[in-house]
Amino acid sequence: MTAAVHLQDVVKRYGSVTAIHGVSLSIADNEFFTLLGPSGCGKTTILRMIAGFEATTSGEIRLFDDDIARLDPNHRPVNTVFQHYALFPHMSVIDNVAFGLKMKGIDAASRRARAGKMLEMVHLSQFADRMPAQLSGGQQQRVALARALAPAPKVLLLDEPLSALDLKLRQAMRVELKTLQQETGITFIFVTHDQEEALTMSDRIAVMSDGRVQQVGSARAIYETPDNRFVADFIGETNILEVEVDAVDAGRASLTLPGGHRLTCPSASAAPGRHALSIRPERVTITLDSGSPDAGFTATVDRVVYLGTDLQVLARLADNTPFTIRLQNAARTAIPDPGQTIGLHLEEGAARLLTD
Amino acid sequence: MAGGDDSWRPLARPLLLPAWAVIGVFSLLPVLLMAVYSFLTREFRGGVEWDFTLAAYDQFFVTRGLFGDEPPQIEWTYITIFWRSIWQAAVCTGLCLIIGFPTAWFIATRPAQTRGIWLFLITIPYWVNLLIRTVSLKFLIRDNGPLNEALLALGLIDSPLALINTNLAVQLGLFYSYLPFMVLPIYAAVERYNFALSEAAADLYASRWTTLREIVLPVVKPGLIAGCILVFVPALGAFLAPDLLGGAKTFMIGSLIDEQFRGSQGNWPFGAAASMILMTLVLMVLTYHARNAARGGGT
Repeated sequence: MTAAVHLQDVVKRYGSVTAIHGVSLSIADNEFFTLLGPSGCGKTTILRMIAGFEATTSGEIRLFDDDIARLDPNHRPVNTVFQHYALFPHMSVIDNVAFGLKMKGIDAASRRARAGKMLEMVHLSQFADRMPAQLSGGQQQRVALARALAPAPKVLLLDEPLSALDLKLRQAMRVELKTLQQETGITFIFVTHDQEEALTMSDRIAVMSDGRVQQVGSARAIYETPDNRFVADFIGETNILEVEVDAVDAGRASLTLPGGHRLTCPSASAAPGRHALSIRPERVTITLDSGSPDAGFTATVDRVVYLGTDLQVLARLADNTPFTIRLQNAARTAIPDPGQTIGLHLEEGAARLLTD
Repeated sequence: MAGGDDSWRPLARPLLLPAWAVIGVFSLLPVLLMAVYSFLTREFRGGVEWDFTLAAYDQFFVTRGLFGDEPPQIEWTYITIFWRSIWQAAVCTGLCLIIGFPTAWFIATRPAQTRGIWLFLITIPYWVNLLIRTVSLKFLIRDNGPLNEALLALGLIDSPLALINTNLAVQLGLFYSYLPFMVLPIYAAVERYNFALSEAAADLYASRWTTLREIVLPVVKPGLIAGCILVFVPALGAFLAPDLLGGAKTFMIGSLIDEQFRGSQGNWPFGAAASMILMTLVLMVLTYHARNAARGGGT
């Protein structure tokens, strides 16, 4: 199938600084695709290169098989929702939404009708004749969305569109964006540094750092089977332990933990030797009785932090490596006391060996 | 402020008194004085006699022939001078806008560290007195001045360009004098301009030219208007450039008024009346703009 957007070995240099190191990505039609990474990782640069605001230094950008890398932004059939909305302050809401249609040469009556429909879709019909400055941040956000969707782009680019909204609104908009994407069937390319946003909305996520794509996959794949240390560390909370891999056999590695405890776990590749092991804190169960027969893997509790739905247990392994465990705050949960030695049990899939 | 502390409020009026006094004594009072003078009788060695008359306004608008015994007709002399002044000021404003906007745009789009240097370069000539600069300009463009000499030497012209004492020379002087008043407010507006708006326009299929026309110009309009007012108003009343660079045929209102208050040839009530007419004209333009701005919902 033809990719909606295909990047091939895209490089971006600013003078002697390389911002993007040969990124290749294929984004399918109708996909909600997220570029996730810390600030400065190059995710916005990639979006801006797709939109045409930045030229590529080298590489190809294809939109449904057409090479668009050399086109000016006004000749690319993609539209953008800007981080701070960039609504035209001197135009009414409806004129903002109709602007793209006007530029496409659609007659006044049709574009007003279409813009009206777009406003209806984002529940802002009653604000059509207001000026942008008279709207709240959340409303401006929806106008920006309606404006970008009005010309029916093949691909919608969203540059951290929710970052300026408060938490409640942000959560509501996540659901709304996802629904909108499914209803319109337009490919969304969404840029964010907020992993929760990425995990809740995306079909697939590309995790980026330092101008490189670290891993591409579904939310579950990224979270549960991170390829490398950066992805494991960046997505969610994790314990990273330096372990000694003794042998790898049929996708499973047998390894020795810092405290001398041995276990086997799935492995991405990894030859024998020193490697990093990621253990998700919520995939660990504990027993308060460290003397039980299978409690070979133990830790000493430093502190228990109350987080409402969860309890966070800050502990240390036998060799003093910090180790965090998350317990659900249920009535049956046995809560350890500081200073107590506890037994740790890893569920299947709790530990993952990282390639670097 | 957020605490809603209003205890300073009773002090506001007394604290504003000095400001009101300064505005009153140095701004309103002189205007009022001129308004009164324009209705008084001329005293022959300058000054006024306290006899109420409309003679000054009559002299401005109406002629009764050389000896004052013909039927009244419209006096075109002063209206022509006014018209020339308005025309010159308008052309000057237009030129300043055409040159000033790209200049301001250029400066505002430089990196923040170098903007200050560009602005400083723009204002350097203004550390020298306007009179000196206008005289220098006269020296530059006169028949055997450096400009003509250079053009002659290069063989671009056969005989010196007659620039001095023409409307063109006056225009050059006006343009040169008031250009920064156009550049600075536009610069301030462009510097605040959010360039994401231009990206948004391009993203929505607008060409560069359309973006300039539909987005950039409307958004920086307050700066353009401020610049136009700051150039038009002083250019309308200018007297240095027309005096020094122009001749009898380039006479402007500023010079006309200036003459009325000089030595024994002057006519104070007539000068005052011309000032009042000029001020009325300027106020009409400004009111028109203010109304437009209010209707447009702009700032």
